[in-house]
Amino acid sequence: MALPNLTEVRRRRVAEPSSEEVEGTPARRFLRHLILALVGVVMLYPLLWLLSSSLKPSQDIFTQLGLWPATWDFGNYAQGWNALNQPFHVYLLNSLLVVVLSIAGNIFSCSLAAYAFARMEFTGRKLFFALMLGTLMLPGHVLLVPQYIIFSQLGWLDTYLPLVVPNFLATNAFFIFLMVQFMKSLPVELDDAAQIDGCGPFRTFLKVIMPLCVPAMATTAIFTFISTWNEFFGPLIYIQNQDLYTVPLALRAFMDSEGQSMWGPMFSMSVVSLAPIIGFFIAGQKYLIGGIATTGLK
Amino acid sequence: MSVLTKHPAAPPAASEVPLRPPRRRRNGAAPKKKQRAGYLFLLPWFVGMAFTVIPFFASLYLAFTDYNLFNEPTWVGLANFQDMLQDERLWQSLKVTFIYTFVSVPISLAAALVVALMLNRGLRGLAVYRSVYYLPSLLGGSVAVVMLWRYIFGNDGIVNGFLGMFGIDGPAWVTDPEFSLSTLIVLNIWTFGSPMVIFLAGLRQVPAMYYEAAAIDGASKWRQFRSITVPLISPIIFFNLIMQLIGSFQTFTQGYVMSGGTGGPADSTLFYNLYLYQKGFTEFEMGYASAMAWVLLMIIAVFTAINFIASKFWVFYDS
Repeated sequence: MALPNLTEVRRRRVAEPSSEEVEGTPARRFLRHLILALVGVVMLYPLLWLLSSSLKPSQDIFTQLGLWPATWDFGNYAQGWNALNQPFHVYLLNSLLVVVLSIAGNIFSCSLAAYAFARMEFTGRKLFFALMLGTLMLPGHVLLVPQYIIFSQLGWLDTYLPLVVPNFLATNAFFIFLMVQFMKSLPVELDDAAQIDGCGPFRTFLKVIMPLCVPAMATTAIFTFISTWNEFFGPLIYIQNQDLYTVPLALRAFMDSEGQSMWGPMFSMSVVSLAPIIGFFIAGQKYLIGGIATTGLK
Repeated sequence: MSVLTKHPAAPPAASEVPLRPPRRRRNGAAPKKKQRAGYLFLLPWFVGMAFTVIPFFASLYLAFTDYNLFNEPTWVGLANFQDMLQDERLWQSLKVTFIYTFVSVPISLAAALVVALMLNRGLRGLAVYRSVYYLPSLLGGSVAVVMLWRYIFGNDGIVNGFLGMFGIDGPAWVTDPEFSLSTLIVLNIWTFGSPMVIFLAGLRQVPAMYYEAAAIDGASKWRQFRSITVPLISPIIFFNLIMQLIGSFQTFTQGYVMSGGTGGPADSTLFYNLYLYQKGFTEFEMGYASAMAWVLLMIIAVFTAINFIASKFWVFYDS
């Protein structure tokens, strides 16, 4: 009884590849592609509509439903660029400044802290690590009011300091955690070898560990880029001076002042504000997806 | 020890001490120099923790005060919390936040899991699909996309245009209080890509041989899903659930941009954090805002605790 069953099973296994390989009959595979592609189109449609609307004359946007503009209007971009107090590149540069400083701060402070947590021995390490994980879950709004008071007493309102300085103080537990995970995957023998060769902890960190942590730092940089570029709440409460507006604040001002009629220019500046994120996403996909996968799993 | 054997006659001089091989102290602590290096590496973090811990307790204190940023805070005891009980807008903001969370989080997690399962079976073009689905989750919190949503769901927007093709006269999504929140729920579901990527990574770790063994035993696909996939990725479902809940309780930008900062129409998009912002930063009732922050922290803590307790019954940790 058992024998024919086994051969039967074996035959079926040859006919049906395991779950690692392509699965199902051609018809089912086609159906799956069809569903996935349809869902994908629905998901991308709003973004494509935004792009196409940014190239249409304002009066056509809500009357023509097609994605392909009947009349192309590149003038939206020129008009949108100059619609606010300052030309739009001022806001782009403002955002860029905040982003670059935030990236530098996060990489510097979080990698230092991560190395201490991942590799060094000192009293209270476990306690501090638990504290760090605790701040990972702490909703930021609890700290909001006192931090605002501190920053205003330091005279930091209407500057980028409240947006940037905390990043130099390893306040982003998520990135510390990410780098700790990464450093723990590196062999300890590397540190030992460096130590035997006469490296102190700082040189070991700088010359041995940092170069190997480039993927984790890239993940940190891209995540910081995206979240800082999108960040709305911080600039909203700390920046009042319109000349210092970051891109999200500029867009909000745009919507408040011109959102009733100048749809084309407004959408064109929306495209300009999203383009860097999409660009970074395409360039750094590997690090992004790898990054959220490792933090999610451990 | 080797130092000692080389100089059996005399105990090592003070200058020779560093030559000794690093030795664990009796209580297991690392030597002083190493300790200092560790603290030095953590120096920025310590300062940052001060910026976290001090405001943490300061905000707890302020929650029991009346404070408008210009005068000294005055102690009012539980008055802020008593006021909250009477504050209809506060209850409205809780309702908005809860509906938003408890509708959009389960749907987006389910969507994330279903799509991840479809993508996991060695599909050609996996990388392309994954990127397409993941991209919206990077954009969903941006002002540009929430603004876009306002126009997509506007009276002449593409949603009503699409419904019109089927002869359905769509509602005024953005200006009708009955529907305005649903547009933001759709926006949140649109960002299911980030839990999906985490699910995908988790599914990769389920050994294929489990399915092979189950298939030999004649288990159906559904049975395999229920008895192999779900238990093995349950820690990841749990992680995603917690992260999505915490994130969604703190929604701000979506409500702000959709309503132009008011939470309207008729407070239908007045998220809890948006109301907190209004109280603290437009009415300058900083004491009240701090009390609100602590209530939300408690709500999040309770939900997280419930989840952790419940997880004992459904989350399966291998080894």
